Order: sequence, then C-alpha cells, then structure tokens
Amino acid sequence: MATFLQLTLNGLAVGCIYGLVALGFVLIYKATELVNFAQGDLLMLGAFVAYMAIVLWGLDYWVGFLIAVAVIAIFGAVLDMTVLRRVIGQPQFAVVMLTIGLGAMFRTFASVTWGSEIYTLPTPFSGVTNIAGVTLSHQYLSIIAGTLILCGILYAFFTYTRIGIAMQATSQNQLAAYYMGIPVKTIFSLVWAISAGVATAAGILLAPVTLIDINMGLAVALKAFAAAVLGGFGSIPGALVGGITIGLIELYAGATLPDGFKDTAPYIVLLMMLAVRPQGLFGTLGRKKV
Amino acid sequence: MRFLFKTAYQQDIRLFRDGVTAMWYGLLAVAVLLLPAVISGYYVGEITWVFIYGICGVSLMVLVGYTGLLSLGHAAFLGIGAYAHAYFLQHGVPWVASVSLAILITTASGITVGLPALRMAGIYLAIATLAFAVIIQEVFTRWEKVTKGFAGMAVDKPVIFGVHFNDNVSFYYLCAAMLAIALWLTRNLLRSPTGRAWIAIRDSEIAAQSMGVNLAVYKSIACAYSAALMGLAGALFAHKIAYLAPDIFSILLSIQLLLLVIVGGLGSLHGAVFGAIFVALLPPIIAILRDSIPATLSDVAATTGVGLIGALGKAIGDFLKKPGVEAGIFGLILVLVILLEPLGMYGRWMKIRLFFSTFPMYKRHTFRRQKSYMKSERLR
Repeated sequence: MATFLQLTLNGLAVGCIYGLVALGFVLIYKATELVNFAQGDLLMLGAFVAYMAIVLWGLDYWVGFLIAVAVIAIFGAVLDMTVLRRVIGQPQFAVVMLTIGLGAMFRTFASVTWGSEIYTLPTPFSGVTNIAGVTLSHQYLSIIAGTLILCGILYAFFTYTRIGIAMQATSQNQLAAYYMGIPVKTIFSLVWAISAGVATAAGILLAPVTLIDINMGLAVALKAFAAAVLGGFGSIPGALVGGITIGLIELYAGATLPDGFKDTAPYIVLLMMLAVRPQGLFGTLGRKKV
Repeated sequence: MRFLFKTAYQQDIRLFRDGVTAMWYGLLAVAVLLLPAVISGYYVGEITWVFIYGICGVSLMVLVGYTGLLSLGHAAFLGIGAYAHAYFLQHGVPWVASVSLAILITTASGITVGLPALRMAGIYLAIATLAFAVIIQEVFTRWEKVTKGFAGMAVDKPVIFGVHFNDNVSFYYLCAAMLAIALWLTRNLLRSPTGRAWIAIRDSEIAAQSMGVNLAVYKSIACAYSAALMGLAGALFAHKIAYLAPDIFSILLSIQLLLLVIVGGLGSLHGAVFGAIFVALLPPIIAILRDSIPATLSDVAATTGVGLIGALGKAIGDFLKKPGVEAGIFGLILVLVILLEPLGMYGRWMKIRLFFSTFPMYKRHTFRRQKSYMKSERLR
C-alpha cells in the first residue's frame, strides 16, 4: 500500500510536468491553431537559463526562476513576431515541420553554447517527509504545488482580467475579435510568451529530477504530446488530466510490468484510447459544415 | 517558347507529357547508367543513398504530399522492412522471396496503423503514428530472438538468382532499378482513378466524399502502398547499412524523411527525388566544407595578408566540427524552406523553368502567394 501511494505521488508529480507542457501546446493551439513541436526545447532552454542565473551568476533561486521565465517568455513572443506569425493559415503540417526545425536549431544552439554535459540545478526543496511509511520527497511535492499555483494563476488570469478575456475572445473567433478592437497580433505574441513561460517553469521544476541536458526537452515533449492528444487537443482541463494520466501509467507500468513497458505503456494506452475515441477524452467530435 | 496543344483527354494522363520530355528522361537514365564509370567508388556509395532515400521519399510523398495524411512514424516501417528482410535472409530465404515477405509484412502493419487512423485527423494522426513508432522501436530493442536487440544484426550482401551484388557499383544499379520501378508504379497509380481520389482527399475530404470517393478505402490504400514502398526501401537500407541496430530507426529518422519531402517539394514525385538528393548529399557536403573552408580561407589570408579571414575560417571550421551542428543546419534549412519556398526545390525549379520558357515576359507575381487568412480547423 505504501509503495502504491509512493508511486501515485511520483506519478502525479511527473504527470504534472507533462500536463504543464501539454498546457503550453494547448494554449497556443487554442489561440493560433499552430501546433508547437518546439515546446520541449523551450523547456530545455528555460532550464539552461535558470542554471546560468542560479549557478553561474550565483543569484537566489527565486530570482533566477523569475529571470528564466521572463527571458524565455520574451523569447517566445519574439519568436511569434518574427517567424510564426508568417505561417498562420498555412497547412497544419507545414507549421508542425517549422517548429520541429526550430526545435532542432534550439538544441544545436544549446549544445554549442553549453556543451553536451549534464548539469544539476540546486533546489531549495531537497528534504523528505515521512507520513505513515510513505516517503514524500519535497522535490515531487514542489512540482505538484507549483502546478497547482500556476494553474490557479492562469485560471484567474483568463477569467478575471481584461486581457485574459480578450484572449478567450480571440481564440473563439479571430475576425470578430478584430472587429471588437482587440489587438489580435499582440494577443498572439502574449499567448506565446505565456506558453513559453509555463514551459520554463515546468523545466525548472523538473530540473532537479531529470537533471539538465540538451535532450531533456525532447523526451518530455513527446510524452506531453501524448498527454495533450489523450485529453483532446484544444481542451485545457484535458491537457492536465491527460498529463496526469500519462504520468501515472508510466510509473505504474514501470513498477509492475517487465522492462521496456515504462516508456511504451503511455503510447499503447494512447493508441487504444484513440481507437475508441478518436477525438481524445475532452475533444469535440463533429464535421465542419460546408 | 513551346506550346502544348491538347487534342485528346488521354493527353492529360500520359506517362510523359510529350516526346521532348520523354527524351530528357531517357538522357537522365543514360546519365545514371554511365555515372559509376566516371566517379570514384566512394561517391557511387553516397549516390546509392540518394536512390534508397528516393524510395522512402516516394513512399512518404504518396502519404503526405498526395493524400494529405501526416505521418511522424515512417522510420518504423523502414525498420520493419529492414529487420524482416534481414531475418528472412538469415534463415536462408532467397532474396526475392525475402523482399516480398518484408513488403507483405510492412503492408500489413501499414494497414493495421491505417485502420484506426482513418477516423483521426491532422495532429491526432501525427501523434498516433509517433506513438506507433516509439512502440515499434522498443520492440526492436526487446524482441532479441528476432532482432538481436542492441547487439545488432549483420546483413549479408544481396544475392539475386545466383548473381552477387558485392561491390558498390552493382548495388548502385540494383538500387537505381528499384527506384525506377517505384517511380514508375507510383506515377501509374497517380494518373489512375486511385491517384485522383488521393489528391481529392488531400484538397478537401468533405468535397471528395461528396463526389463519391470512399474515404476509408482510399486512405487505407494510401497507407498500405506507402508502407509497402517503405518495406522495399527498408530491405535496401539494411543491405546498405550492413548492420542493423534499433536506435537507427528513431523519431529523428522519421523527421529526416519528412524534411526530405518538404525540402524536395510536396505534391510532386520530382520533389521526392530532389529531396533525396538533398538529404543524402548534405552530410558529405558538410564534411567536405568542414575541412575545406578553413584551408581555403587560410590560403586567402596568407596571400592577402589579412589575418582576420584566416581566423574566421578557423571559427567556421570549429563550429562545423561541434556535435549536433548537422541537425541544426537541417533545422535551419527546414525553417527557411517553409517560410520562403513552401513548394520546395521542385517549386523553385518550376519557377526557373518558367523564367526561361517565357523569357522576356516572366512576371514574379505569377507565383505570388495569395493572401491567406486563418482557416479554422476547429468545429465550434
């Protein structure tokens, strides 16, 4: 029982990371209908920037955290303004390939700048708490807490602020939003900034667990894609539920099934689920009216 | 300027547009046949990669460029073909039968993936194929009885009806013949009702269905045919690489294959071949530049006496030597192609050809992209 609880906790924590990255995809997809395959590489860049700020410049953890989030958020907005705005309305796979290409460039940039070594990020959450035989690692708890806080902030932002409501309007109907005087281009850049910032936060929370290297983003992004699709691309609660499901499946499969299933079980579940519900858990099904 | 007057409907679906085109393809075939006599054995080996990647490109072009289904997991089919072929060869199955069995197995797996995929659209299909590829790669690693896992699997040189294909040159001809057959078969399919149905599905599923195209049937045919070609490419790939390991058939290879069709030019068989030339020859070109740029620039620096040029050359050489730079260069080219030339190398070739065939009258605006607004793929 204690092992089970332990696994569940770790699975929740890993799943929260997948959920956060998936949330990044979904935010961008909902607003601009672009699918961003470079999300994992933004996460990796964010973790590296945090490493530079905290370890190399010796800043406080939280200051470094904020700097990294701000830097990558600005980078995301600039990316939208310079590159991605030009492909809106192109076929979907052109955009997918474009972001795959950008991701490859980011990885090369990281490997040229920081080399292919593995870095450790010191974290203020290092202890463990024992409750009834279950070891609660503070790292994992910090991930869960961080996800909850981020989701709370985003929820409040989208529901109560003027600009958040403008974003919702833009994602519902771009043209109508233009007519209502919403600066749609700025909104798109802002969505990219938020999405990149969320990815960075996920990267920094994940860094103590997986350590920082140039390929950390790719591994997470592939699982996060499975999560976003499992939940139904375009649904924000779906992304979080999908992420947590994938995280739990991964940990349970790793503990109970033979070797090799830890990494494939999430995909097997995803394929089975898609065979039954091709639109994902929370996706909408229907046909475009002509 | 040459005008093509059409006097019969049959002219639209002829194998070659007219006699002149047929003559050019004949000259190309002669050039391909004579090439090994001119260049050295190393380059013959590199050009063989063009043919193998060409078959992969044709396969993916049918699925992505003509039917509009995005697959992020085509390396899995290549791997299935390669491993099946290697396995049958080791168990004494003759070459032709072994390749046929490998093609059958990849076709069956293509249909297996295709059937649930029929109901999915866009990004869902991409992720489903990605999931399939990840699972298959794990199978290659774990099913050691057949694939020998990370220990790897050696593949013998092909022997077809007692003829040994031991050296680079004979294998070059084998691959060239296979690519020619693949191109011919695909061209025939594309000018038949099947090909027109695929293109209709790509352009608008709803319109195609309204015109009586059976979506399930034609999408399944596209998946099966694409997987079958990948099986053929996999068999040749296994011979070329001579030693199979599971980590070859990773997602990065799938992405490289997609890069091939996009850089080549989506929606044309020429594009598949152009893309294959690009993907197969870029790594050797980078390797040559890595050594020649610093050498050339230091010569220039020595003759002109400007030290800065030599330092610049050394910096470029060092940059190109760093690990992972090749992937970044591929990424950069991919980004530039999508932003600046969405129709790829074939699109550029069409522009150049039109420039010369309409020489003083060429207008840039002929190819100007129409202003596009966001086309919503959402339903609400």
